Amino acid sequence: MYSKKVMDHFKNPRNMGEIEDAKGVGTVGNAKCGDIMRMYLDIDENGVIKEAKFKTFGCGAAIATSSMATELVTGKTVQDALKVTNRAVMEALDGLPAVKVHCSLLAEEAIHAALWDYAKKNGIVIEGLKEPVEDIEEIEAV
Amino acid sequence: MKRLIYLDNAATTRLDPEVFLKMQPYFTEFYGNPSSIYQFAQKSAGVVEEARVELASAIGAKPQEIYFTGGGSEADNWAIKAAAEAYQEKGKHLITSKIEHHAVLHTFEYLQRQGYDVTYLDVNEDGIVDLEQLRASVRPDTILISIMAANNEIGTIQPVAKIGEIAREAGVLFHTDAVQAFGHIPLDVEEMKIDLLSASAHKIHGPKGVGFLYARKSVKLSSLIHGGAQERGKRAGTHNVPGIAGFAAASKRAREKMIETMEKETRLRDYLISRVEEEIPFTVVNGHRTSRLPNNAHFCFRFIEGESMLILLDEAGICASSGSACTSGSLDPSHVLLAIGRPHEIAHGSLRLTLSEQTTKEELDFVVEELKKTIERLRNMSPLYEDFLKKEAKEDAPCIAKK
Repeated sequence: MYSKKVMDHFKNPRNMGEIEDAKGVGTVGNAKCGDIMRMYLDIDENGVIKEAKFKTFGCGAAIATSSMATELVTGKTVQDALKVTNRAVMEALDGLPAVKVHCSLLAEEAIHAALWDYAKKNGIVIEGLKEPVEDIEEIEAV
Repeated sequence: MKRLIYLDNAATTRLDPEVFLKMQPYFTEFYGNPSSIYQFAQKSAGVVEEARVELASAIGAKPQEIYFTGGGSEADNWAIKAAAEAYQEKGKHLITSKIEHHAVLHTFEYLQRQGYDVTYLDVNEDGIVDLEQLRASVRPDTILISIMAANNEIGTIQPVAKIGEIAREAGVLFHTDAVQAFGHIPLDVEEMKIDLLSASAHKIHGPKGVGFLYARKSVKLSSLIHGGAQERGKRAGTHNVPGIAGFAAASKRAREKMIETMEKETRLRDYLISRVEEEIPFTVVNGHRTSRLPNNAHFCFRFIEGESMLILLDEAGICASSGSACTSGSLDPSHVLLAIGRPHEIAHGSLRLTLSEQTTKEELDFVVEELKKTIERLRNMSPLYEDFLKKEAKEDAPCIAKK
């Protein structure tokens, strides 16, 4: 049911763990629905993401999308990281089963939530970044 | 080839090789249609009728009360729809439980859309139907009580005889979905006052695609499939002769070994449950401890999600299942776990291991070790676990200071 890439990222997740004193931390999802994603970002003074880590409670796809999302944002500026959409995460994983598309939305939302936290902590405004939605179920697939 | 440990016997079982041998001649040698007149077909007709005798005696019924079907779900659908149709003049109220298999629940939902009124009984934390609530739910217009003999997820066995007594006293038909129970635990339609019973072959090392509906002679049973005289004109279609022969052989085999198998599986099941409970922290055992199918172990592991656990177990060569929402593509966890009061986030981390008579202690030891690794790995990834540990550390702090 899963692509080879999804299985690889699920079985060998990249960047799993925590960043202590991370510049931005975002948690999205809902335990009731069976998935919660937490993204930690270390961002330097130039607004470049030096390191991204994640922790996820969820299915194989949720873990794989988190892992892929951390890879996609690492090395990017905050502005470019905003452009990492759920679609980009899915494409990088060679697709997801239809019932798992919401996992990629969760990954996108986790990036946004961590960036929002970073912006708030530093009193800056990231153009185009909206306050993250509390419940992922409210978001429609792109 | 990688070693395979099959612990999903509630999903289906391996066809027993001896059962297979009993089926074989009816594919290639005696392929006649049992409804045909010539002598060649008599061999096929004979094996179908012999099977009917065997399956009837397995539940204390009469052969003419057994109707072959294409499986357990068909038998469930038939029993419920037929009773609803045949007794609608008496009333349109039906009673079932919240933890039935979907073959039963979805049939009731269908009937609700047809104007029937359905009461869904609660179960307690062990998954046992509330008998007082059952008694109180019976109304003058109640026509059917359908409660499963044993639950397919958590393995809890219902007090079937007591339910039968309540139904009989109230003059209401009693159907039981015995798909998980038949051939695993003793069932007797007289003692348990069962009017309708569904069973399936592939849960007892028989072939897939064959089941039966038992309907007491006094029950008005409307036809399921029109178009032929098979099954007393109620279920048309050429008999699945090899399947029926296999079902009977599997039943006979299960019956002869039932006590032995029950003892062996119960011992192994309890060993598995106690090892998991002792060695894996934050584990919840689901289902009744003793009134439970001998081959069923069911757990919830906190802070993790079931599907990711199943995939990792699969990588280790272990076939297991979960009531996990993610597996089914729905975001809601198992209706059974919610009915026994498990919160959503705990219900998501469920695992069902169902043994067979061939399961060994050594296999279970391997599974426990793999399970420990898998759960630890997933918990390390889980933000829920991280939050829990941090909260614990905070709460523990004063205690440590005291020491």
